[in-house]
Amino acid sequence: MSASSLAGAAAAGGVQVVALAFGAPMLLGVMRKVRCRIEGRVGPPVLQPLRDIRKLFRKERIRPDQATWIFPLAPVLLVATVIVAGAIAPLVTTRPALANGSDLFVIVYLLLTGSAVLALAGLDAGTAFGGMGSSRAVTIGALAEPALLVTILALSFGAHTSNLPAIVHATVVDPGTLATPQRLFALGALVVVIVAESGRLPVDNPATHLELTMVHEAMVLEYAGPDLALVTAGEAMRLALLLGILVNLVVPWGIGATDGAGGIALGLLALSGKVLVAGSALALFEVFTAKVRLFRLPELLAGAFVLAVLGVVSGLVVR
Amino acid sequence: MTGATYASVLGLAASVVLLAAVATLWRRSLHAIVRALAAQGVALAGVAAVLGLHHHDPGLLVVALLVLGAKAVVIPLLLTRVVHVDPTSRETQPLVNVPASLVAAGALTFLAFAASRAVTALVPTTAGRLIPIGLAAMLVGFFALVTRRKAVSQIVGVLLVDNGVALVAFLATAGVPLLVELGASLDVLLAVIVLQVLAIQLRSRLGSFDLDQLTELHD
Repeated sequence: MSASSLAGAAAAGGVQVVALAFGAPMLLGVMRKVRCRIEGRVGPPVLQPLRDIRKLFRKERIRPDQATWIFPLAPVLLVATVIVAGAIAPLVTTRPALANGSDLFVIVYLLLTGSAVLALAGLDAGTAFGGMGSSRAVTIGALAEPALLVTILALSFGAHTSNLPAIVHATVVDPGTLATPQRLFALGALVVVIVAESGRLPVDNPATHLELTMVHEAMVLEYAGPDLALVTAGEAMRLALLLGILVNLVVPWGIGATDGAGGIALGLLALSGKVLVAGSALALFEVFTAKVRLFRLPELLAGAFVLAVLGVVSGLVVR
Repeated sequence: MTGATYASVLGLAASVVLLAAVATLWRRSLHAIVRALAAQGVALAGVAAVLGLHHHDPGLLVVALLVLGAKAVVIPLLLTRVVHVDPTSRETQPLVNVPASLVAAGALTFLAFAASRAVTALVPTTAGRLIPIGLAAMLVGFFALVTRRKAVSQIVGVLLVDNGVALVAFLATAGVPLLVELGASLDVLLAVIVLQVLAIQLRSRLGSFDLDQLTELHD
């Protein structure tokens, strides 16, 4: 790789991380705004999540007495893994930093590392709620995992690789592969898995603090101040990153194929627009849906799994 | 229609047939199951229409219309009426729980793929390659038939098997003669009407659609 393309890739990675860091809380704000407006409320300003995070960063650092080193480490690791995944994923360009390492498996397991450490931290403080939340989050994660793996397998049929930039690039070059059955099935499964992994309705209600229903909120209940700011920012960035990857898999148009500043700027603009539309659609869907009972969740995620299996089978059949 | 579009659209329609079959295992509400059956009818008609357009066969287009009318409109409407008769039982009571059913459906799909190797080798066309999907839809229908005990879900199971057979027939022979399809469709329609009457009689005698109650003698 020449020095100039290395610099270009580094610039693209930097742009992606900065866009994720500031765009993700704003995406959360937009989603809340859409939801409130449809429900007939005014809703908080779009910038409110950013302000909340800034406020939390200025607060005193308070940690449980019994907590070990895992507790302070978890938020940092969560944000770090999301940043690494955000730098190498094809968000604004199909040639991000470390494109060769930007495999779907790498990105998925980077994000999963963050979730796993957060679940450990939920157990770490030794409170009942933290343990319950962690147990539920890990259960959901374990159910989503097989679906996700088979989905990746189905997605990698078209481009003959599980390298994410290559998959996106293949669809930019040949838009005809966008509507193949295996791809549509795999994307359907991916939507369910993303909803489950990012703790949105109908899997988990991010706005609730009711003991019986909360999953993710119970897990991070012990966090306060700067730690909570990191957790909130990390979760928002993860949602934005997953949505960004999803929209680029569904409608890859606008993503930059070159290293130049123009390509990156155009890619950034297209990505913001697409993610905003996807986020609004998700918020719209959440207005009209109720949380699924925890014991019915296996049905939902088994549905995603079968969808992914059907994707693989169609991939084997249709060639 | 160009080759790539033809293959893609045909593959998509055939896959939706299988997807609808799996959806009947996934959903609990009988209304949703009947809707899935209607969607399967639409997809099946789509397969016939695509094949008709590709082979420039007007007979197949008439068959597609026939399938659309019978399997996507009339039969689902009849079944909806059966579901409406008994407001207390709107959900299936599967003998095998839903996640296990879905995993079984995935396994059956692979089984169909493995078992139809010899058949696909015989029919080396674009449509012929999709035969495993039809076979899988049929096996999923059998599974629904075995594990779902409500009268409506049993009828749906039979129809799933029938749709699977029809899909394999379309794909393997690139078109069923109009007369044969007419006979088959009318046959199925008649069977559904008879089953509908039977189900409503069952409900008025036993107070439910649960077929397990038929294993005991009643006065």
